[in-house]
Amino acid sequence: MPTIRRALLATCGAAVMLTALSAFAAASPDPTSSLNGATSSKKSTADHSKFPELKRKFKTGPEVTQACLVCHTEAAKQVQHTKHWTWQSADPKTGQVRGKKNIINNYCTSVVSNEKDCMACHAGYGWKDQSFDFSVQKNVDCLICHDGTGTYRKLPGYAGHPVYKRVEFPHGSGRFVDAVDLGKVAQSVQLPSRSNCGSCHFFGGGANGAKHGDMDSSLQHPEHYLDVHMAEKGLNFSCITCHATNSHEITGSRYNVEAARTGDAAIRGKTDANPAACQACHSNKPHHEARLNQHTEKIACQTCHIPEFARNNIGTELSWDWSKATIMGEDGKRMMRKDSAGRRAFDSQKGEWKWESHVIPEYRWFNGTSTYKVIGDKIDPPKPVQLSVVGGGPDDAESRIWPTKVHRGKQPYDTVNMTLTVQHTGGEDATALWHNYDWQKAIATGMKAAGLPYSGKYDFVETELTWPITHMVAPKEDALSCAQCHSKNGRLKDIEGIYMPARDGSRWLDILGWTLALLTLIGVLVHGAIRVVNSRKAG
Amino acid sequence: MTVERIYVFKKFERFWHWSQALLIIFMLLTGFEVHGSYHLFGFADAVAMHTVAAWTLVGLWVFAIFWHFTTGEWKQYIPTTEKVVAMMQFYSVGIFKGAPHPYRPTMLKKHNPLQRLAYLGVLLFIGPLLWFTGWFYLFFGDWKAWGVDGLLSLEWVAFFHTAGAFMMLAFLIAHIYLTTTGHTPTSHIKAMITGWEEVD
Repeated sequence: MPTIRRALLATCGAAVMLTALSAFAAASPDPTSSLNGATSSKKSTADHSKFPELKRKFKTGPEVTQACLVCHTEAAKQVQHTKHWTWQSADPKTGQVRGKKNIINNYCTSVVSNEKDCMACHAGYGWKDQSFDFSVQKNVDCLICHDGTGTYRKLPGYAGHPVYKRVEFPHGSGRFVDAVDLGKVAQSVQLPSRSNCGSCHFFGGGANGAKHGDMDSSLQHPEHYLDVHMAEKGLNFSCITCHATNSHEITGSRYNVEAARTGDAAIRGKTDANPAACQACHSNKPHHEARLNQHTEKIACQTCHIPEFARNNIGTELSWDWSKATIMGEDGKRMMRKDSAGRRAFDSQKGEWKWESHVIPEYRWFNGTSTYKVIGDKIDPPKPVQLSVVGGGPDDAESRIWPTKVHRGKQPYDTVNMTLTVQHTGGEDATALWHNYDWQKAIATGMKAAGLPYSGKYDFVETELTWPITHMVAPKEDALSCAQCHSKNGRLKDIEGIYMPARDGSRWLDILGWTLALLTLIGVLVHGAIRVVNSRKAG
Repeated sequence: MTVERIYVFKKFERFWHWSQALLIIFMLLTGFEVHGSYHLFGFADAVAMHTVAAWTLVGLWVFAIFWHFTTGEWKQYIPTTEKVVAMMQFYSVGIFKGAPHPYRPTMLKKHNPLQRLAYLGVLLFIGPLLWFTGWFYLFFGDWKAWGVDGLLSLEWVAFFHTAGAFMMLAFLIAHIYLTTTGHTPTSHIKAMITGWEEVD
């Protein structure tokens, strides 16, 4: 049945892009004005619709890029130095080479052997396998970040190319996606708006809000309570207000967090300052009360000011159990289930998910450096595998207590070689997991593509992924109150290495002190009683 | 037995005593809440009020120290061994038999020898312990700037501050009770209110 086979092609990114765009479409009746957010291209000194280079028909994305490069001679070279292009980043402290290309995450696991689908979110064209040439300038995708029309869509399965020909999507759904008018998009270019960044970052992990918990489509038109900086009726920041960009290098990456910035707010001209840190605008002594400012020695701003994340009905995913994938319905066919809030809960292709809204973060010491599991790293089952773990501790001056989202799950691993496996999930070929429901074939193909040995034996192991939370800053009225941490069973009850009034104290001192007070009281009462009795006798 | 009245506590002294008493009781109340012993005002308010009370007490003490030195009243706290044994015997035996108080206060020596010792202990040990630790507790955020970051730990500062508070609590209980051991059970308290002490 070709229609069913096609339906099976729906992948991680598929649902993503669809939800993404329908959310935007529903939310913004006039895309040309409100999609731009705070960085309207109307303020630009150049009207790209008047450029003769762009007044023509474009057949492909790379053709548009070539037109862009006529004027923006350095743009592609700049992009090619960024993570948006390389999907790779080396930790400046540890040297570990991470990035989407190399790590295994807790969602769709690995991009290797699944490039055709995953690259729907790559700022480039044609990355379909390991042979992709990262030096070709025309393959840089300018439009995914600069489209001002809201019509530029990249669907899974096309290795990062947009829709050139009207296509049914998802396959077998009866819904169609029109071919993009590349000329119109090229003439609409603008500074990246929320919807440009959000088209990938809101929908990572395969569904709206799934991945981050502090980023989802609600940031398109947030109310004040959800995000004080991005609130449409308030400051109306766009993403790049904080993630200010120079030469296409975007500041403020999770791969290299400035966890404990100190000092004054940055002043103009100081280009070394990372504008994405709270302190860049607020300094590390932003409160009127000195006592609150003292807290910045130990606590990240986010800890008090993001008391909960996913503060909406979209919610965020808290676990993904891949071991439940390939469980079929009673009729032997693919089975899908949603939770009470309408979020994906089970899919024979992918396994089982758990979601939550208004999530209380888990708190960790964090010095800005995380360690990731990269493809081929040895693991130690049945101990849960830490796919990403935040570094730091109480004795490290560069560490602060941060709120984190911990995403838990189960993933396959090679029981002989003791590595997490790379599996070929997306596609319509003979070994894709989502098409054949056969782990053995999917892993064998994935491991081969990754150049790793596979013993042929696999099992599932628990996994954990810890990410700092930093977006959706709440109004100050909603910040944590003192007693939410300063109490015996408060938010920070498991944080070691600091003394917290009301949480801590010497048990022995308490016993000794109260005994002293009690004995004194008993002593004077007995003394007084004897005096009273004796004076009555005498009287 | 004739009852005589002596003027022992001057106006400022009485003001100092009662305002200090109220502040100390209030600080014990809020302090132990900050310590986590119970919930009364709520942690945030307890901290704020404890701090305000502390600064008020600092202000009061500035005046009190000035007063003590300009009036020479500080000499009232010079310890003496004279009659200490007699006082101890009075509190442990004589008082039950209605024996006369072995000490007769005067303007120049208003405190009995045990009082002198006890108050000196409060002034020279419990007080400074609380002041010193409290100061560092309050200015925790400045440790780095002061260069004491590596020398102190909040845990121990808090430990000794709490220990001082327990000692102050024990002192307070004993002190309140001992006010009843005058000529009549209320004569000491009356003296601290009016300034005039009734003596045997």
